[in-house]
Amino acid sequence: MNRRARLVVALLAAVLGTALAACAPVPEPEPADSAAGCPKGDLPTLTPGVLTIATDQPAYEPWFTDDDPTTGKGFESALAYAIANELGYGKDRVSWVRVPFNAAIQPGPKSFDFNLNQFSISEERRAAVDFSSPYYDVKQTVITIAGSPVADATTIAELKRARLGAQVGTTSLDALNEQIAPTTKPAVYSTNDDAKLALQNGQIDGIVVDLPTAFYITSAELENGKIVGQLPASPGTPEQFGAVLHKGSPLTGCVSAAVDRLRTSGALAALEKQWLASAGTAPELR
Amino acid sequence: MIKDVPLSPLAAERAAFRRSRARRSTAVAFVSTLVFAVALWWAVTSAPGWPRVQATFFDPARAWESLPAVLEGLWLNIRVLVVAELGVLVVGLVVAVLRTLRGPVFFPVRALATAYVDLFRGIPVLIALYLIGYGVPALRLQGVPNDVVVLGTCALILTYSAYVAEVFRAGIESVHPSQRAAARSLGLSHGQALRLVILPQAVRNVLPPLLNDFVALQKDVGLISVLGAVDAIRAAQIEQARSFNFTPYVVAALLFVLLSVPTGRIADAVAARGNRRRSGR
Repeated sequence: MNRRARLVVALLAAVLGTALAACAPVPEPEPADSAAGCPKGDLPTLTPGVLTIATDQPAYEPWFTDDDPTTGKGFESALAYAIANELGYGKDRVSWVRVPFNAAIQPGPKSFDFNLNQFSISEERRAAVDFSSPYYDVKQTVITIAGSPVADATTIAELKRARLGAQVGTTSLDALNEQIAPTTKPAVYSTNDDAKLALQNGQIDGIVVDLPTAFYITSAELENGKIVGQLPASPGTPEQFGAVLHKGSPLTGCVSAAVDRLRTSGALAALEKQWLASAGTAPELR
Repeated sequence: MIKDVPLSPLAAERAAFRRSRARRSTAVAFVSTLVFAVALWWAVTSAPGWPRVQATFFDPARAWESLPAVLEGLWLNIRVLVVAELGVLVVGLVVAVLRTLRGPVFFPVRALATAYVDLFRGIPVLIALYLIGYGVPALRLQGVPNDVVVLGTCALILTYSAYVAEVFRAGIESVHPSQRAAARSLGLSHGQALRLVILPQAVRNVLPPLLNDFVALQKDVGLISVLGAVDAIRAAQIEQARSFNFTPYVVAALLFVLLSVPTGRIADAVAARGNRRRSGR
């Protein structure tokens, strides 16, 4: 080979060698012994001494208020601070990060200790993340605006011919597909905001969302919004929300224990009553 | 055609030497590729997170499960692609021709065409989709379609024609002015010269960039999913959210690659044929 070719090969070998060295495995930190108990205020968090909680952006009512999780207003915001309190972290030692849905469930290292964003617990998902104990039982609801073809529907059969929509990646969409199984393919939107816009444009006849969100949207966000009815609970375990932690997190046990303590002391029911009580009762679809 | 004549000893020796060098090049390329591939494979699989990544991104069971849904979404992509591409070619050509009209009397037409191109090359495709997909039905005009697929296709055609119009215009302007002069001197009118002489040459000149834009359009068609239609990537997203497993995305990516590889090869073949014609071989 001439001199130039040899130089190019040497350069390539050097680049390859550097790349391999850079990709050398980094030793992983040993997972903490979760049976050692949950020392208050001193848990193996991402940043020592600070509890990092995550949610999405925008953060919707009635789970948060004003797209600001630090206010402590809104069911999940208040719940987050209640859990932090149980774990020994005061309001000043809680920090929030905003993390989109995909980033919360991807397999790499997470930027939070736990994530509260109306995640439904399912066995399939447990293969990828850890869930805390459930903190809310979810019911799915169909909403619409006055004057739409499904505004007076009382049974699921009447909804089958309608064009319905739901947000992507939600159990609302799953409920729409499994329980209503409409004959026209449902419209799938990136966010509930897009779905609301389509509903107002008459492009879809109704949206499926969870019950508290349904009450908020129909009362505060949609003009002439109307709740058609709740979908019946599917047989077996009811759908429940849980906090998401990274797989094998040392905090899962502690966070679950905190949620359980809030439930037994009645604090969870009180929070529900305070933030989700306007979610009175909606008619049930048969 | 020259009949095969026996080679002189010198020519035969040269041919044999060239063949041996070619064999050696192939062997070196093969070994080098093998070494590189093995090194890359080792680097990736010895990463500590590899088992987790393999389970999350390359799970065969999930890939098989999500394939029907992703294929159904891909079918929507293909339908919209064909319609959008036809629309883009027609509108793009019209706008390009309008922009290249000569004469001061056509100034408003040229100005409008330029404004259209500037506007729609500037607006991001996603915003155009939102404005047209949600804004137009909100106007509640009579006779305007409400279907999100139709509106999405219109938005894509409007946006991409701006780019393709510029490509066509470059093609038209790359045809030597002597062609137009020759056409006119043969008695062809302006319109006939354009149709019979300029445009065929212009389009042949710009086939590679046109096919490039076609491949780009294949991906951007997926953006109509923001309007509620379920395309391949949205279908993959729905599957992914069910189990928090990212393999459906890899499946969708592979299907898109399968879709665009033939286009790349066709582009190469067309360019090669154009070169052959031009150099007369």
